[in-house]
Amino acid sequence: MSEQDRLLFDEPGPRARRRIRIATGATLIVVAGLLALMIRQFAAHGQLDADQWSMYGQWPIIRFLLDAIGRTLLVTVVAAAIAFPLAVPIALLRLGRARLPRALARGYVELFRAVPLLLLLYVFLFALPRAGVTFPVFWQLVLPIVLSNVPVVAEIFRAGVLAQPRGQAEAAYSLGMTYWQAMRFVVVPQAARKLLPALVSQLVRLLKDSSLGYVVSYVELLHQTQVLGEYYHTVLSSYLIGATCYVLINAGLSRLAALLDRRRSDG
Amino acid sequence: MPRQLALPGGLEHTLGPLGHGLLLTLAMTGLAFAGALVLGVLLAVCRISPVPPLRALGTAYVTVFRNIPLLVLLVLFVFGLPDVGLLFSLFATVTLTMALYWAAFVCEVLRAGIRTVPVGQAEAARALGLTAGQNIRHVILPQALRSMVQPLAGVFIGLALSTSLAAAVGVAEMTGQAEFTTLKYDQPLTTFAATTVVYVLITLTSGLVAGQIEKRVAVRR
Repeated sequence: MSEQDRLLFDEPGPRARRRIRIATGATLIVVAGLLALMIRQFAAHGQLDADQWSMYGQWPIIRFLLDAIGRTLLVTVVAAAIAFPLAVPIALLRLGRARLPRALARGYVELFRAVPLLLLLYVFLFALPRAGVTFPVFWQLVLPIVLSNVPVVAEIFRAGVLAQPRGQAEAAYSLGMTYWQAMRFVVVPQAARKLLPALVSQLVRLLKDSSLGYVVSYVELLHQTQVLGEYYHTVLSSYLIGATCYVLINAGLSRLAALLDRRRSDG
Repeated sequence: MPRQLALPGGLEHTLGPLGHGLLLTLAMTGLAFAGALVLGVLLAVCRISPVPPLRALGTAYVTVFRNIPLLVLLVLFVFGLPDVGLLFSLFATVTLTMALYWAAFVCEVLRAGIRTVPVGQAEAARALGLTAGQNIRHVILPQALRSMVQPLAGVFIGLALSTSLAAAVGVAEMTGQAEFTTLKYDQPLTTFAATTVVYVLITLTSGLVAGQIEKRVAVRR
């Protein structure tokens, strides 16, 4: 048992062990019952028929899905490549001494953290074109994702910089460095290394945000599973396959973040 | 047909539907958050219980629901459930989906909160002869609950913002109304600005309330 479990429970004695065994049996029975109910419901409505699922074994369909996954990853990577570097100066402005830039950075962070991504997306989709500004579909998706994620990443960076021992920046100043030099050469590199797991976790959020491509009809994973489901009349199975892809990719990313976290705390 | 004389910015057109959308947004937020809290507590209990299959179940639930985009869950439930003969109203389906999704996050907040209590405290309580139930009730929960205020407020804000996704599956809540109004009356700036202001108000208020609660209950260590 892990550290955390010792918080709530002692090492179980013989009576507790028997109770645990009974609870284990009961849980297994209930779960099996629920599964059976689900399978019956699926079967009764023809969702387990071979024609609902056999297509996912065919290469053209697999390639179609892989292509969609590729575009989902592309949106994620491009959005991250723009948002992460952009977040650093905003975090530093918010921490800096200049009053006006500090207020501006704070206003941007507070405002864009409070606006739902979908609303931003609608602005790019409906409002801006009326003002004569139209972006290609890819950027109609990526730019709102960037705008709404920069404040979140900026706050992660800000917390990281604040978590650095004050002496680090003070030592840099005493060597004659300016604020920006101290941040660039001393504080940010250390903070970034510590924040690596948090940044990888943030990729999960970016990847989840990319599913809004569904709204702008950008051909990423969710949009393509919808196309697949409507074309072959396999709505449920294709959405389930799509959901499984998301879980596999994101669980992989989360595991990577956990791994980095462990390596960091070991070293 | 001649155009009606409009208030500046077409206010009379936007306020009605937007007000209706706001009510829907608030109702969905409230109901989904209540549902997420209840389910999240149950999940957290499963995840820290000494019964292995319950733990596995809790872990699997959190892994699956945290890693699927909410929009994917929404389309899956809204368009997929009728295919297995489960037909609910759109509002009920969307609210339930959001409760299921955010419950995974609530569960993780609770678990992290319980972790903030030093192990020595629980051990001391046991050494004094407190039973597991007394230990949880008198020693662990009172401390753990306090460290959960801010993260729970974060979940609440995330949930309130995520209700906007209901617009993408056809619920005319605030974001949906903003879209309709824009398409219909050609007042994109006023509509989007008004909607943004309301969202900012919702998040700012919940942030402030959480800050107040936290200040009152904070544990000094």
